Amino acid sequence: MSELLPGDQLHSFPGGLKLRHHKQVSCQQPMARSSLPDHLYLPLVQHQGPPGKLLVSPGESVLKGQPLTTAEDDSQVPIHAPTSGTILAVDQLHPVSWPPGSRAACVVLAPDGDDRQASFEPLADTRPDAVVDHLNRLGLAGLGGAVFPTAAKLRGDWPGLHTVIINGAECEPWISCDEMLMRERTEAIISGGVILARTVGASQVVIALEDRMGTVEAKFARCLREQPPALPVKLRQVTTIYPEGGERQLIQVLTGREVPHQGLPQDLGVVCHNVATAAAVHDAVIEGKPLIERVVTVTGPGIAQPRNFIAALGTPIAHLVAQAGGYTGPITRLVLGGPMSGLALASDEIPVAKGTICILALTEDVLSRRQSEMPCINCGECVRVCPASLLPQQIFRHLAADNLAAAERLNLSACIECGCCAQVCPSHIPLVEHYRHGKHQLIVRQLDQRRAALARRRHEAREQRLVRERAERQARRAERKKRLSEPEQARDEIQAALERARRKQKP
Amino acid sequence: MSLELAGAPHLPPRRTVGDIMRDVLYAMVPAVIAHVWFFGWGIVFQIALTIAFGLVLEMLMLRARGRPLKPFINDYSVVVTAVLLALCLPPLAPWWIAATGMLFAVVIAKHLFGGLGYNLFNPAMVGFAAVIVAFPGELSNWLAPRALSPGLPTPGETLTAIFTGRLPEHLSWDAISQATPLEALRTGVQEGRLVSEIHSEPIFGDFGGRGWEWIANFYLLGGLWLIYRRVISWHVPVAVLATVIVVSLPLWLLAPDAHPSPLQHVFSGALVIAAFFIATDPVSGSATLRGRLIFGAGVAILTLAIRRFGAYPDGVAFAILLMNMLVPLIDRYTVPRAYGHRT
Repeated sequence: MSELLPGDQLHSFPGGLKLRHHKQVSCQQPMARSSLPDHLYLPLVQHQGPPGKLLVSPGESVLKGQPLTTAEDDSQVPIHAPTSGTILAVDQLHPVSWPPGSRAACVVLAPDGDDRQASFEPLADTRPDAVVDHLNRLGLAGLGGAVFPTAAKLRGDWPGLHTVIINGAECEPWISCDEMLMRERTEAIISGGVILARTVGASQVVIALEDRMGTVEAKFARCLREQPPALPVKLRQVTTIYPEGGERQLIQVLTGREVPHQGLPQDLGVVCHNVATAAAVHDAVIEGKPLIERVVTVTGPGIAQPRNFIAALGTPIAHLVAQAGGYTGPITRLVLGGPMSGLALASDEIPVAKGTICILALTEDVLSRRQSEMPCINCGECVRVCPASLLPQQIFRHLAADNLAAAERLNLSACIECGCCAQVCPSHIPLVEHYRHGKHQLIVRQLDQRRAALARRRHEAREQRLVRERAERQARRAERKKRLSEPEQARDEIQAALERARRKQKP
Repeated sequence: MSLELAGAPHLPPRRTVGDIMRDVLYAMVPAVIAHVWFFGWGIVFQIALTIAFGLVLEMLMLRARGRPLKPFINDYSVVVTAVLLALCLPPLAPWWIAATGMLFAVVIAKHLFGGLGYNLFNPAMVGFAAVIVAFPGELSNWLAPRALSPGLPTPGETLTAIFTGRLPEHLSWDAISQATPLEALRTGVQEGRLVSEIHSEPIFGDFGGRGWEWIANFYLLGGLWLIYRRVISWHVPVAVLATVIVVSLPLWLLAPDAHPSPLQHVFSGALVIAAFFIATDPVSGSATLRGRLIFGAGVAILTLAIRRFGAYPDGVAFAILLMNMLVPLIDRYTVPRAYGHRT
């Protein structure tokens, strides 16, 4: 292995797409703080994992920053009241973003407008476990969109871990929340990165930016010059090729190495956090502020005045859209996230959650299709753009033929669902949906197999037990027969039996 | 407000199958114009004939298979097949050659295998192989290029020749037709003449056949434009041309009088059109990038072998069909290493 540390030398990853990035649209205006809506709808689950236990009940009044749920372990992440007010209800069926068109439990909070704050307690303790516990208690999850519990990512002993990568390469078109955050909260991001590095015992922080982010790099450089951080912090500009901001691709660019299949970035001595997560870590540790708001980009051709908002979690999307001047006209698709991998929403009543990075309103003309879905012509463009070096068209053919095993032999599970293949497909095949479905089926099948294996093991164990018991019974019977066949012993046996019977009668 | 719940990506698609096929057609225009200049109007009528037969057969087959007409006519794939076949036919070939070729291309090679996207063999080459095997005589009546011809037939005379087989009185087959350079070379070498001696014949130009070399140049130009447009990848053309050069160069250096030069090989016959337009057919080609290199190299080696040892002067069509058969095997052994996986 070379002595180079991640970021000393930049590499490239295969495939990817150069996309028109449309980011300026929402960067014209500085970030604005969204007003509070009449009601906040706080989904109990805003992270990857099970919900915590509910702590409040309807009618109760809460303070800003007060926890509404608890976490029993790192897989659970509590939610907090974004402002003071009254809990109206727990709506079990409020529209949420995932799965598409579904409903889930949300705490409904009516703000009282006073914004009375619970006491925020900064953390003085710098022991890793204390920091991780603190971050979990304050509700941190990855803010790049995947909302993986931050504590679960940090927990544990990582002896070889040397670098914390702070990911500021958002790389999907239209989204600019990370860029705006980097412009306006540069110091907090650096500070959060250093805290994360100290917590996992890393010796350096690498902040990755896109080369098209204008003044951001200069801003970081100035901050680093004026307030040198406690650890070496490197600034690296990466070329803006989608999906460069994907964790695995960014690691490949910074280290030249690939995260092993079924492995973790930690296997390469690195761990990756989003810039917004780093800023939230700073807020949690230095200010004691729980995760109660985030930056959301509201943009797209369907939005009158696109811009970035600092929104309280639970704010309905429609409330943000209204503050962005409303819709320009009829919109056909409302996307949560970016255009390449975002999720189409069924309604704009859906509340902002920890993973809500961007609201993209698309109009008819953006999506006009000139052709219906055609058969795959094996043009191979998908092969050339796949960042995971897969054969998308071959995998698709196997999936279309219901041949899951063949699809998995071509490493279906290595697909990161970036959408590059579907974007360039001249036959307009919704490839990513096929892969998602295929992966899901693989998981279901693995579960089935595991269950079947368990059932077989149980059955075999039972069969063995029955055989064993029968053999034991026969052995006992043979033993007794043998004893009865000898007159001497038979008399003793009979005597003993009579004795036993007599004793039983006595009392 | 009614919102679509479609899956990502949510961007307008970059292009359609029709866009790709149309680009291929545009890329062939310069070579077709050169063809008209050197060999007269015959090629234009051949193209018109193959397209007409192709469209009729395509519609009949789509109807018979219960498929919608519009999307599959609008994809231009049958037009590309038709033009590629026409470019392989002699300018004055009788009309039923085009008809037979398209019958094999569209009905047998394409639709009986499942239609667009499912054909194992390159349809245009199946059509060409069928007619060259069935009608070798008609397919060897090539015109002499303009500079060597007593006079190329006018459009009217060309039409008469295609539909009736009669030539105008002032022209005779012997006067206007001529062996193709490759054929001349083959027969010459078989008669034991020296390559340099054969080359001094007027049908040979600077490095390929006279006229042919210019048409090949224009195919090259169109092919480079297709690579630039990302309609084809560079793998197949580079593999075909590089392999031809690498294999023929040492032979030529060792025995220049027994073997044609690499340039001669590249610029005669159908090698350039095959490298950029025919062997690059995605449907019947390899799915993997490494596989495409192997596919192209195989086409080149088989072409050279057929040119040297085979019964036909140019073997590109057979080389491509043979390699089509190997595609599933090639694909199986050239799966790229996926991210995070070991080889």
